[in-house]
Amino acid sequence: MMLLQPSMDPNRKRAKSVDRVDSVDSGSESFESTRKCGFPDEVLERVLSLIDSHKDRSSVSLVCKDWYNAERWSRRDVFIGNCYSVSPEIVAARFPRVRSVTLKGKPRFSDFNLVPEDWGADVHPWLSVFSTAYPFLEELRLKRMAVTDESLEFLATNFHGFKALSLLSCDGFSTDGLKAIATHCKNLTELDIQENGIDDLGGHWLSCFPESLTSLEVLNFASLNSEVSFDALEKLVSRCKSLRVLKVNRNVSLDQLQKLLLHCPLLMELGTGTFMQELISGPVTEFKTMFSNCKNLVTLSGLWDTTPLYLPVIYPACASLTFLNLSYATLRSDELANLLAHCKSLRRLWLLDTVGDKGLEAVGSCCPLLEELRVFPADPFDQEIFLGVTESGFVSVSHGCPKLRYVLYFCRQMTNAAVATIARNCPDFTHFRLCIMNPGQPDYLTKEPMDDAFGSVVKTCTKLQRLAISGLLTDRTFEYIGKYAKNLETLSVAFAGSSDLGMESVLKGCMKLRKLEIRDCPFGNAALLSGLTKYESMRSLWMSACNVTMNGCRALAKEKPRLNVEVMRDEEGSDDSQAHKVYVYRSVAGPRRDAPPFVLTL
Amino acid sequence: MDLINFEATELRLGLPGSSTDEPEIKSTTSPVNTNKRSSPEMDSNVSDENGSSRSPPPTKAQVVGWPPVRSYRKNILQGRKSDQPEMGSGMYVKVSMDGAPYLRKVDLKVYKSYGELLKGLQEMFKCIIGLYSEREGYKSEHAPTYEDKDGDWMLLGDVPWEMFITSCKRLRIMKSCEVIES
Repeated sequence: MMLLQPSMDPNRKRAKSVDRVDSVDSGSESFESTRKCGFPDEVLERVLSLIDSHKDRSSVSLVCKDWYNAERWSRRDVFIGNCYSVSPEIVAARFPRVRSVTLKGKPRFSDFNLVPEDWGADVHPWLSVFSTAYPFLEELRLKRMAVTDESLEFLATNFHGFKALSLLSCDGFSTDGLKAIATHCKNLTELDIQENGIDDLGGHWLSCFPESLTSLEVLNFASLNSEVSFDALEKLVSRCKSLRVLKVNRNVSLDQLQKLLLHCPLLMELGTGTFMQELISGPVTEFKTMFSNCKNLVTLSGLWDTTPLYLPVIYPACASLTFLNLSYATLRSDELANLLAHCKSLRRLWLLDTVGDKGLEAVGSCCPLLEELRVFPADPFDQEIFLGVTESGFVSVSHGCPKLRYVLYFCRQMTNAAVATIARNCPDFTHFRLCIMNPGQPDYLTKEPMDDAFGSVVKTCTKLQRLAISGLLTDRTFEYIGKYAKNLETLSVAFAGSSDLGMESVLKGCMKLRKLEIRDCPFGNAALLSGLTKYESMRSLWMSACNVTMNGCRALAKEKPRLNVEVMRDEEGSDDSQAHKVYVYRSVAGPRRDAPPFVLTL
Repeated sequence: MDLINFEATELRLGLPGSSTDEPEIKSTTSPVNTNKRSSPEMDSNVSDENGSSRSPPPTKAQVVGWPPVRSYRKNILQGRKSDQPEMGSGMYVKVSMDGAPYLRKVDLKVYKSYGELLKGLQEMFKCIIGLYSEREGYKSEHAPTYEDKDGDWMLLGDVPWEMFITSCKRLRIMKSCEVIES
């Protein structure tokens, strides 16, 4: 039987090992074996089964052989951050009683078209193994995996107790696959379809839910384009008494939504359809009570096409909202201000930059409990229409929302001074993702690089786990990061740095680094190889359009056989000595056997 | 005639829509644009480190995968540009006329029929525009065309008005002689 650990002798000092299915273990310790201290295995298993955190379970499994075994038998949820780091056979061998699997596939930059189609991350081999190993599998959550209709049909017909399916940023399937799920999964509690590359062939899939299906708790089809049968939807919603999350798509009209809400008063999360009526003469008053029965609503999203006339319809629900996603509603500053005056309890807020700096001032004054803010660009490619938001909006928010932990901010201008102020106001940042949309743009007032901005973030925000940097940046930024960002786990870099020193500083200094993704930076082989001893403790490294060559990659691959060093060729095949796209990750499964022709494993 | 209209019809050499005292432009410095590469394969930005000088506005050459916005969101926003009203509850679309140096905007919701729309456009551009008919050909020197949701350029008048206003992304008044017969 294949075991993951190099040795199960509990008396030996246990070295840090790459043989993990899930996230990085927090450290290596040496342990003496405990005698079987009269603790029956069942009791140990029962105790360990109460532990949910993957990190904790990793630590637990390192204590000794007994604990390793008790942990693996009691493991119900498996999280696999990189589907190629391990094989389904290895997972099935180690964890015999799994009910829930989370799988992530392609590198994150595939979301931005940097990874060619047919790269891989096919879910089917996993399903094949699981159909025999985990016939009672209940939950499957996939992110950036390649999924086909055949796979969805296989899933629906081979796992009889299957309950929950979540697909985020996946591609390769169509609504026919959803038909199979709806038709065959008799105990379905969750169907969550988000932002996938799906071939939308029509809304008939929703009508495939049988009348006997009453177990649905989560239904999210907000990102699908085709209209579903409202009659089928209404009947489905009214017979699923435990429905707590409902996110419909844009085709569902306001009066249809009103009818739906009558059937699910227990709803906690709602995604509306189009939030206006064509005929302006239609009375808005008839919608005024729409939300008065939704006592449990904490999350609201959708709000497509909403106008100042209709937005107030949601006011009665606002006081208890903790998460408001307005990132598909082109609101202006005054509309947002009026709305936020009702939203005192907000913790998370997603916006479009159409609200402008004035809108963000309103955020600062109305939402003192805010922990997360995401501001998306309404017009990322066209500068003519909106300036969007600037440094001043961000500063306003930081003054009013000292509890901010998570920020994603797209803007067209920023200054070092502003970011320093923001960091001072909000020292608790754990996720700081700043995207100055023009690559390599300096501080627009001083014309200096933006080094000091990120320097102030890493110096002040000691809990920082995730950082995305942008603007004109020299190696100094990376020196700051390496020196101060001791808790940093994920770093995204684009169009930055001056030399190898930059990347080297980060690899040397950031002890907890797990994911590093770099594009269009002047980092070469020396930088790549400086991380030789580090990559096995990381999930992955991505480098594209840098100065790395094939020889550098080969050197890395040779030194570290437990890393998969993959190079993606450009179609033009212009310069074969340059490594245009490099993806390096640790794996216990060896080189990929399903690599397409353009992926070379060195 | 009131002063604003007079200004609007003034012929100038500037870019469409620009003027010397645009109220919307912030008084702070507009974003500095360094000579950044537009292709990911080009060399890095080392040379531009030391306080780049102001350069002309960047071309709209797009870098692959930048800014990092997911495809789903990008597609929604691009679709939105066509049918999302930009001001209040109107349905404003850009109108260009061949030969005119600047574009205008019209609110399609204000009109109830093609006839009304053409009248409005004629007043705006001070020209005669006629619908094409199979029998009579082009009734005037200018032909109205529009870009639909699929990105195709169509002649006005073939589809019912209600269908037209939901699918029209922008209008272009062409010289009749330049319209290619389909």
